[in-house]
Amino acid sequence: MGRLRLTQQTIVFGIFAVMFAAFALLLPGFATTQNIFTLLQNVAVLGILGLGMALVVIGRGIDISLIAALAVPPGLVLQMVQDGHGLPFSILTALLLSLVFGAINGWLIAYAEVPSLFTTLASGLLLAGLGQAVLFKLDVVQWSPGMDGFEFLGQGNILGVPMPIIVFAIACGLVAFLLRRTRIGAYIYAIGDNPFGARVTGIPSRPIIVLQYVLAALIGCFAGLVLVSSVNSGPTRIFNSTLIYDVILVVVLGGIGLSGGRGGVLSVIIGTLLIGTLLNGMTIMDVSYSAQNLIKGVVLLVAVIADTFLNPRNEETAQQGDI
Amino acid sequence: MLNMTKCLAGAAALCAFAVLPAAAQGLDEPFQASFKQALAGKTVAYIPVAMNFDLTEGWFAGVKKELEPYGMKVIVRDANWSTNAGAQALTTLISEKPAAIIVHNPDVQTYAKLMQRAENEGIYIIQINMGSVYRSSAFVGANWIEIGERDAEAVVKSCQGKSNKIAIVQGALSAAASAYTLKGVENVLAKHPEVKVVSSQAADWDASKAKAIVQTVLKQHPDLCGIVGFWDGMDIGTAAAVKEAGLTGKVFVATSGGGERKGACELVKSGAFDLNVSYDVPTQAADMAAMIKWLLSSGAKPGSVKGSAYTTLIPITKENADSNTSCWNLADLKK
Repeated sequence: MGRLRLTQQTIVFGIFAVMFAAFALLLPGFATTQNIFTLLQNVAVLGILGLGMALVVIGRGIDISLIAALAVPPGLVLQMVQDGHGLPFSILTALLLSLVFGAINGWLIAYAEVPSLFTTLASGLLLAGLGQAVLFKLDVVQWSPGMDGFEFLGQGNILGVPMPIIVFAIACGLVAFLLRRTRIGAYIYAIGDNPFGARVTGIPSRPIIVLQYVLAALIGCFAGLVLVSSVNSGPTRIFNSTLIYDVILVVVLGGIGLSGGRGGVLSVIIGTLLIGTLLNGMTIMDVSYSAQNLIKGVVLLVAVIADTFLNPRNEETAQQGDI
Repeated sequence: MLNMTKCLAGAAALCAFAVLPAAAQGLDEPFQASFKQALAGKTVAYIPVAMNFDLTEGWFAGVKKELEPYGMKVIVRDANWSTNAGAQALTTLISEKPAAIIVHNPDVQTYAKLMQRAENEGIYIIQINMGSVYRSSAFVGANWIEIGERDAEAVVKSCQGKSNKIAIVQGALSAAASAYTLKGVENVLAKHPEVKVVSSQAADWDASKAKAIVQTVLKQHPDLCGIVGFWDGMDIGTAAAVKEAGLTGKVFVATSGGGERKGACELVKSGAFDLNVSYDVPTQAADMAAMIKWLLSSGAKPGSVKGSAYTTLIPITKENADSNTSCWNLADLKK
């Protein structure tokens, strides 16, 4: 192949660039620094979740329980503070809960060899149910005075740049470092590319898979902390929403194939930018909610079809399926 | 004739003598025993769209508090946001034959036929806050049209002499409560052609979606003068966006909700909301309990009488947010 090879990533970046340019020309007030910050801020949480999902999908898995990991541990922080515990202790407990949750997911997938789709579908329900039945008094956990100061994470800014954008950037840096500069990252790609081959060559694939799900759960918790501090409450009901599809959309759009081993942090950033631009533009144009869903669905379909044409399945994925 | 009168007077005196000691013994009130009997041991079932939020928890606690002392049992069948699960629960309950069922409709259609069947089988149906097309023995709840009108009127008033640009943050498109509220808003806007709606979007009852929409709208229209939101639980996000833009106090935020202290009064006090129209949940619970008491003791055939008790709304503003009676506390209601 020559230099001009059209990957999914380049195509989506192209769509993004065209759309961005069109909005900038046609929509007054779109191409202002303030609006671009708003655009990025509104998709920062989605982007952070996308990073967690990317780690798992690159290793040929999927984590449907990510939204439960986003909703429940941060909700627990709000609830504990409301009940009179200290903020640091509450955050520590939430991180511990996420760690245990991710480890259970990983163990079931790596050692008990339950398919990741089923495992995380069930474990997500379990965690959300645990939150609803045992941990929280109300679905929307309210902000209490003990949390004051913490909202900086979601509402503050440094030198005019809103915190969620900074947090997203830092998370991108860390995950990119992990994937591209460490041995663990190389192992994740190897496992995603060919799980059996990876095991044969002596890669400790089971512990690495556990690590993927632990990291995904921790990233989910982190995204949740940004979310609750940004809206001043813990909307744990978000578990019932369609957010998980948006996360998968961001990951797949950016060119991280569901068959694993492809893509990286840049894919997540491009996917997030495209969704952010789409949402922001449609909000400015006051497009109705149903029409927004329609447009989002069409964009996802186009991306998935493009992916199938550009990256045809190899013999191995054809035999074992995508997920 | 005179003799006759004397005789009567004598008899009356005798009678008075006979009655006097009896009066000291007390008088049996003739209706309370049958009232107690009509209630004792009966079951009231409750199907909310989901438990775990201030409204549905508050109704449950309030109804229990009113009816349990009479030996009634209040049970809950949580639909947990699933219309299917709710319809199933209702079907099962019809065969279990409780005395009354409190139904919180997810939409205007799904439960209508089932509720009619239940009343035919001799079960009173009380609908709370979100009614369906089937009119049952009783409806207790907010008048959403009125809520929309009151919120819109307040926003329009605050906009006088300003930009006259307003935004609307709707709930979920499928929810009747959201559509009715929108109608109320439209009623007011029809009278005020000078007011321009720059954005009218559904945020799906989700605070983060509301925040994203309002942030974008405020960047496009920094001179926005008011926002009508459809539920205080979602409009926490609306208020957060206004606060982040540094426009608290400049953009009038009107919303509505159940009047729970942390969700309503505290947020009005902090300046997040300028108006929160409350359909006071404890009052609604008491209304429902009163309906059940009346229906059970009347012995009326279910479905033979039909009536409504629309909730008297409490507009919560800075003036009354401090008052003890404006808001309620879930923990206290559960005691």
